[in-house]
Order: sequence, then structure tokens, then C-alpha cells
Amino acid sequence: MGFMEKFFGLSWGIHPEDHKRPAADAAVRVMPTPERLYVSLAQHLGAPALPAVLVGQKVAKGDLLANPRGPVSAAIHAPTSGLVAAIGEIPAPHPSGLPVLAVTLEADGQDAWSEALAACADPFALPPDEISRRVAAAGVVGMGGATFPSALKLASSRKAKVTTLIVNGGECEPYLSCDDRLMRDEAGAIVDGIRLMLHASGAKEAIAGIEDNKPEAIAAMRQAAAVHGEVRVCPIPARYPLGSEKQLILVLTGKEIPAGRLPGDAGVVVHNVGTAKAVHEALRFGRPLVSRLLTVNGGAVRNPGNIVVPVGALVEDVLAFAGGCATEPARLIMGGPMMGLSLPHARVPVVKGASGILALAGAEAADHREEACIRCVSCVRACPMGLLPLEMARHVRGGDLEGAAKLGLRDCIACGCCAYVCPAHIPLVQYFAHAKGALAAEERARARAGAAKKLAQAKSERLAREAREKAELAARRKAEREAARAAEAASSARSAKSAAAAETAAEGTPA
Amino acid sequence: MIAASLSLTILGAALGLVLGIAGRFLAVEANARVAELESLLPGTNCGQCGFPGCSGAAAALAEGHAAPTCCPPGGRAVARALAEKLGVSLDLSGVDDEGPKLAVVAEDLCIGCCRCVKSCPTDAILGAPKQIHNVLREACTGCAACVEQCLTEAILIQPVPVSLPHWVMPRPAAA
Repeated sequence: MGFMEKFFGLSWGIHPEDHKRPAADAAVRVMPTPERLYVSLAQHLGAPALPAVLVGQKVAKGDLLANPRGPVSAAIHAPTSGLVAAIGEIPAPHPSGLPVLAVTLEADGQDAWSEALAACADPFALPPDEISRRVAAAGVVGMGGATFPSALKLASSRKAKVTTLIVNGGECEPYLSCDDRLMRDEAGAIVDGIRLMLHASGAKEAIAGIEDNKPEAIAAMRQAAAVHGEVRVCPIPARYPLGSEKQLILVLTGKEIPAGRLPGDAGVVVHNVGTAKAVHEALRFGRPLVSRLLTVNGGAVRNPGNIVVPVGALVEDVLAFAGGCATEPARLIMGGPMMGLSLPHARVPVVKGASGILALAGAEAADHREEACIRCVSCVRACPMGLLPLEMARHVRGGDLEGAAKLGLRDCIACGCCAYVCPAHIPLVQYFAHAKGALAAEERARARAGAAKKLAQAKSERLAREAREKAELAARRKAEREAARAAEAASSARSAKSAAAAETAAEGTPA
Repeated sequence: MIAASLSLTILGAALGLVLGIAGRFLAVEANARVAELESLLPGTNCGQCGFPGCSGAAAALAEGHAAPTCCPPGGRAVARALAEKLGVSLDLSGVDDEGPKLAVVAEDLCIGCCRCVKSCPTDAILGAPKQIHNVLREACTGCAACVEQCLTEAILIQPVPVSLPHWVMPRPAAA
């Protein structure tokens, strides 16, 4: 345990080999727009976006492709100019390989920005609401990987009266260096974005937490932030998972966010450095989020580094641009090796939240046979949330999901520390991912059963009402019929009487 | 006319009053246990258990005439809940729970007869005479009550397709 860990009292977490260099030190390359882009409509947390273009329509770079659907959703824009070739299903960048709705763009090669974009010389003069509105219009989502719509976070921070904005420059995942590179190259833009987010969220100060294995980034950010007193750069020990929201808040402010609560409840909000850059672009130049910096790394990649990639480019095109693969990759991952998504193949598109594309060579992705748990509690020591992974896994393996939930399964952040340290190679985090999914499915089934019960009740009530109405109608008709008959009888009786009277009168006259 | 309507109204009101009072005083007390069991059942009264609706099944369960595994649409989850409530041991080997199911109308076979529409306990089928019918996925419980009604065998019961947000990571294979 080093001095910093002792100082902060970090007993949790792990310290894996970071594999960040040489990719972090290579200059950023810009990938030219490929001929076809596959822009997924589910690139953010929440409901997928609703297409706003038609097949065959010409679009300019930055034009709106899809509108947000519902409150938690984000707009999607054209990453290049060209023609909408198709709107249909493509394989999602997801371990399941299930389809996702996407807009296929055929690039015209001009890559011309739309003229409708409104640049703003002094965004600080805008009211905070207008800033969130513009951030929403630019389709900005959390760039750290969670892809939560940023505008919503800014607006809710204002409501929660947040005082501290924490900027996440931790980038604790091994292999990834895109945030590091962004801070080194564009510290000015990031600090401007941070100040804009301070203005929009109503927070008083911003703390940028950067792991101490990125000295160049710390220096660059310090220099950029020097003239702005409200932005403070704070180095933190390099330890996984310090880039996780709750852990970063704990280390920087000493506040622990209770289970089931949000950082806003503690007056804190966390945004990624990439998000700050996207906010800067959106407000200063009116440019929507249509490309991102991502790390291409891994033992199989011939020429690792950081690349600016248009959203919607296929992973195989990105790998080819990075110099191709020296060997057949044993595993493809979107994101980091600890929490990223394992990809079924390389014909899936890059999305806004993709912080890296890793092509791991055989030795890096070695699968170990799972052995029996020896109850060494290495996982308990490693867990940053203070859970009991070994006990939770025991419940999940036995099919007792509720038991696992009682032990705090819902607080698990799926960081994978437990599986990393397990000497028996038990895929603990996979058990938890399965259990969380299965619990969510059970909850959905329960909600569905409740809804079905209501529908069945509504139907039987409707049938009863219809029968009653029918009977009432029949009774009314019968009453009317009878009344009519009675009236007829009465009138006929009257006429008979009058006829009889007339007859008697007639009979009587001659007499 | 007035005399007739008046007499019928008075008759109706009087009989209604008598029925209302009788309903209050002569009410058959429902078994609380049966009500509890019924709340665990799907409530669609599809009749696949062989009892007259979910309340009938609940009564049979309470009297011990039915096994907790009697509800096919409920599957394992309902069987487990029933067994827990009844305090009996459960043999799930006979339950073939293949996950949630959904009715699908084969459009080339549907003749638009509306028979299935009337049979659906949750009003999940949309259709008009001589128009192809459709199933509202959100409301269908896969109870298969409509299958028997279809003259052209146009209704198929299929597993609910897995979508991206509803995907569940498979459990790691045990060592």
C-alpha cells in the first residue's frame, strides 16, 4: 500500500497493469469518413430515438437524423453529409448480437457541415435553461460510457441545487487513453466546457479528478485552469475503479452516496472530460456530437493509438484504419477490458459512448477454468461498494436471486474487481450481470401480470355493463311496446264506444 | 302509458331495494384463503387448468383438489408462489415453462371472423369483420384461449422475441 492509498484509506479496488502506453503517447489520428455509416438509434440510456429523416433524403453533416423519444433520450445527428440509404435493423454493438434500429448513411465524400448550425460568441450570456436546451439539441450524452443524456443531468443538477461539479478525468480502465489524450491536446476546450457546465448546473466550483498516472494531462489541465479560479485540478491515486462515479466522489469530496441515492442528493454531479469537450463544441460552434475520440488498443492491433472516429463507422473499418490486426484477435471489446462490452464480430458500428475498441491477443484474453470458491475473501477486500461478492455469487448459483438482492446486488457497479482478483477464476461479475438481468425480467413479468389482471377485469366489467345495458334497452322497448299497445287498446275501445254510441244514436233517430 | 311506466319503475325500484338489502345481509363470505390464492393466479380466466376460471382454480387449490402446478400460463413462477402460500412441497419436473409466450396471427390464413377477438380475456386482439386481425403484444398474456376459437388455425403461440433492452446475460456455466 502506497502513501496515497494510506492517506485516502483506500482498501478497495485493484491495480491492474494499465497497458496505456505507447497508445497514449501517439499523436491523435483523424479517421476519414468511410463510404457508409450505420448510425444506431439507441446510443444513449433510455428510449431509442425516433427517426426524423426518410430514405432517399439528402442530409448535411450535423443535420438531425432522429428526435429524442420521451424524457430520457437523446437526439442523433448525421456524422457526415450524404444520402439516407436505409432505416433498418443492424447488429448492435452488444454481446448478444441482437439487432438495433439504425440509419444507414451513404457519404457523398464532401463532409460538408450543415449551414443551419448556430455558433454562439458568448454562451455565458445565455440563461442556464438555454444552455441545457442547446446541449440537448446537440445530442450530447455522457462520454464516459454510461451515455446518460447530459442536458437532463444539467437540468436536474439545477433542481437539486448542486454545489460541486466533479469532472471525471480518472480513466481508470486499463488500455484506454482517449480522455488522457483529450486533456493533453484540448485542455482549453475542456476547461471552457467545464465552465459552461458550471453556469448551466448552478454549481459553484468544479474539481477535475485525474489519476496520477497521467502527469502530462494534469499539467495541461492545470495550465488551462490556472486563470479560472472556480476550476481546480486534483490528482488522485491511480487505482481501479476510481473513475466510477461514487468512488470518485468519495475520494474527492469525502462524501459517500448512500445505496439507492443519486450524487445530486449530496450536492454533487459528475461529468466526463469528453462530455465537457462536447458541451464546448455544442455551445461555441453549435456542433452536435457526431464524432468522438476513442482508443484503439490491444495486443492484436498493429498500430495502437487514439483516433477521432465518426459515429456510425464500423469497428472493422476503424481497426483497418489503425493499421489492421497483426493476429486474429482473440476477443473484441468496445470500451475498457474491465467493464466494456464483448463484441460478437467487427461489423458493428461505433456509438457515442464507445471509449475504446480493443482487439485482445490470445494471451490477454485467456479463459481460465472456474474452480471451487475457497472463501479467501479477496473479492470482499477488492469490492469498492463494500459488498460480499462470494456470498452473492453463492445465492445466484443456487437460483436464489432475491437472496442475492438482499445482500446488495443492486448496488453492484459491475466493475469486475471481484472477478479480477479471484484466485479460483470464478466469473463473479458475470453471475451478477446475469442476476441483475433476471431480476429485471422478473419485475417486468410481474408488472405485465398486474396489467393483464387489470385488462381481464376491465373486460369482464365491460361485458357485464354491455349485458346490463342490453337488458335495460330491452326492458325500455318492452315498456314502450306495452304502453303503445295499451294506448292502442284504449283508443280502439274509445272509438268502439263512440262507434257504439253513434250506432245507438243512429238506431235511435228513426224511432 | 304513464301508469305503465310508473308501475314498472316502482316495481324495479322495489325489487332493486330488496335485492340490495339481501345482497348486504345474505352475502356469502368468500374464503380469505381462496382470495389470496386467486390474487397469485394470472386472473385471465383462460380455463387451461380445467377449472371454471381463476376463482374456480383458487377454490380447488384451497380444498386440495388441484396441484400448485395446475396453471400452465403462470409457469414456474406462479407454481412456486402457490406452493409457498399453500405450504406444500413442489415438484416442478412436470411444468414445461418455456418462458413468456405470445399469440401471433398468420395474416395469410386469417379470414377476419372476429371469433378470437371475443374470446380474448385481456382484449389483446384487434379486429373487425373481414379484416385481418392483429395481436397487441403489450396486452397478450399467451394464454392460448384464442387458438381453439380460430377456424383456420391462423393463431400461433410463439415465444416472446428477445429484444436488446430485455436481453438477459446467460448464467455462466457452472464448473
